[in-house]
Amino acid sequence: MHDLAAALAAAWELVVSGDPTLVGIISLSLGVSLTAVVLASALGLPLGAALAVLRFPGRNAGIVVVNALMGLPPVVAGLFVYVLLSRSGPLGNLGLLFTPGAMVIAQTVLVTPIVAAIARQVVEDLWREYGELYLVDGVGRVRTVCSLLWLGRFGLLTAVLAGLGRAVAEVGAILIVGGNIAGITRTMTTAIALETSRGDLALALGLGAILLTLVLAVNAAAHFAGGTARRAAT
Amino acid sequence: MRRAVRGFVAGCLLLWASATSFAAQPVFITVASTTSTEQSGLFRHLLPAFSKTTGIEVRVVAVGTGQALKIGERGDCDVVFVHDTQAELAFVEQGFGIDRHEVMYNDFVLVGPASDPAHLDGGKDIVAALRKIASAKAPFVARGDDSGTSKAEIRLWKEAGIDPKAAGGGWYRDTGSGMGPTLNTAAAMDGYTLSDRGTWLSFKNKQNLKIIVEGDRRLFNQYGVMLVNPAKHPHVKEDLGRQFIDWLISPEGQRAIADYRINGESLFFPDAKSSQS
Repeated sequence: MHDLAAALAAAWELVVSGDPTLVGIISLSLGVSLTAVVLASALGLPLGAALAVLRFPGRNAGIVVVNALMGLPPVVAGLFVYVLLSRSGPLGNLGLLFTPGAMVIAQTVLVTPIVAAIARQVVEDLWREYGELYLVDGVGRVRTVCSLLWLGRFGLLTAVLAGLGRAVAEVGAILIVGGNIAGITRTMTTAIALETSRGDLALALGLGAILLTLVLAVNAAAHFAGGTARRAAT
Repeated sequence: MRRAVRGFVAGCLLLWASATSFAAQPVFITVASTTSTEQSGLFRHLLPAFSKTTGIEVRVVAVGTGQALKIGERGDCDVVFVHDTQAELAFVEQGFGIDRHEVMYNDFVLVGPASDPAHLDGGKDIVAALRKIASAKAPFVARGDDSGTSKAEIRLWKEAGIDPKAAGGGWYRDTGSGMGPTLNTAAAMDGYTLSDRGTWLSFKNKQNLKIIVEGDRRLFNQYGVMLVNPAKHPHVKEDLGRQFIDWLISPEGQRAIADYRINGESLFFPDAKSSQS
């Protein structure tokens, strides 16, 4: 119990002092994860909808692969991106390794399958319900996909939030491609890992409490924004 | 459809904005170094002084010595600053690094539970202590991560004539993790472990652990710095990297290293020679 009290005290102290390092770490964490989620949504939502609506050879294999990649271990995703971006790798001359850009790429790789898999389920349910109408009206496929995505936007919010949850919580991938460099690539989760390894458990737990609060705030905002929009739509 | 196009354009703009903001970078070098230098707080003390005189920002990726050398080998950093003389010499020998200099040393300490279940009763002889731990089958927590500390520990077991992994009995526990996590594990299971003094002094979760054996000449721990070979990796910032190395071994850099203390205790002792080693 003493440890938890010390953790909350450490968190409180960090927050009220407005520690500039903490502010930098938090904004980097949110910046990297939100950018990754936007990119992953731009890729994953159309991909999921296409898998739900279109019929093409290899579609079932595609669905299985996307579902399986939801379980992609972050360390593996990180290692994959590391090998790509390393100076000795194919994209080495971009010089992106150990920068926030590399962390965005790694998290996009992690989050896209989650967004795509949930989006496919949401859109497939809608397709089953309204598909015939689109077929009777002779609506083109691209328009069908876009229209179904818009129709399912409230359900798809869950897909995006699940992706965001994965992105802000993971440490394995960004530790490898970011290098946990102080002031450059140190995020909330890598800072927590670092403080744990320095044996400062109170500070580590305190940072964890702040991270949880932030995630809670983002989810609450999305929930209420979604609720307001839904009421406006009906 | 128009909405989709608008969304796409907005996405592209956002991507472009984020890409350019990440691309705008000041003058910096990337240094692959060890957890012992980072977690002991040495870099937080040292780097601001260097950046102030030269205007060069130093970005430290802190990993085990083995991984740091690997990062250098792949050309993903400009300078390597580690502590495993044999591996460093091999690194230079294979042409991955040039301009190796010895910078400073500290020492390893054997830490263990205050109850001292293997009855080492202090003393200086690290090899005798390891033999006693093995015969008592007292828990020993090993790094096992190809770090400088791990390699030093393995060398000491060899000197004691014991193969702890083959010994059986489950008392030798390989964590495959950094110094801090290994110390956390040792604290939790009342085990012995070998730590560099810097990490030990700055470690905060000591619980029942204390130093059991120290001061043996065989516990000496030398740190070396070298430039990643620009002939192998042309993008290496040769000039900036050399400035960093030259500063570390200059009287000013050496003084800054000696000045770093925790509770009045020095963590690292500068020992750079003016000639290249």
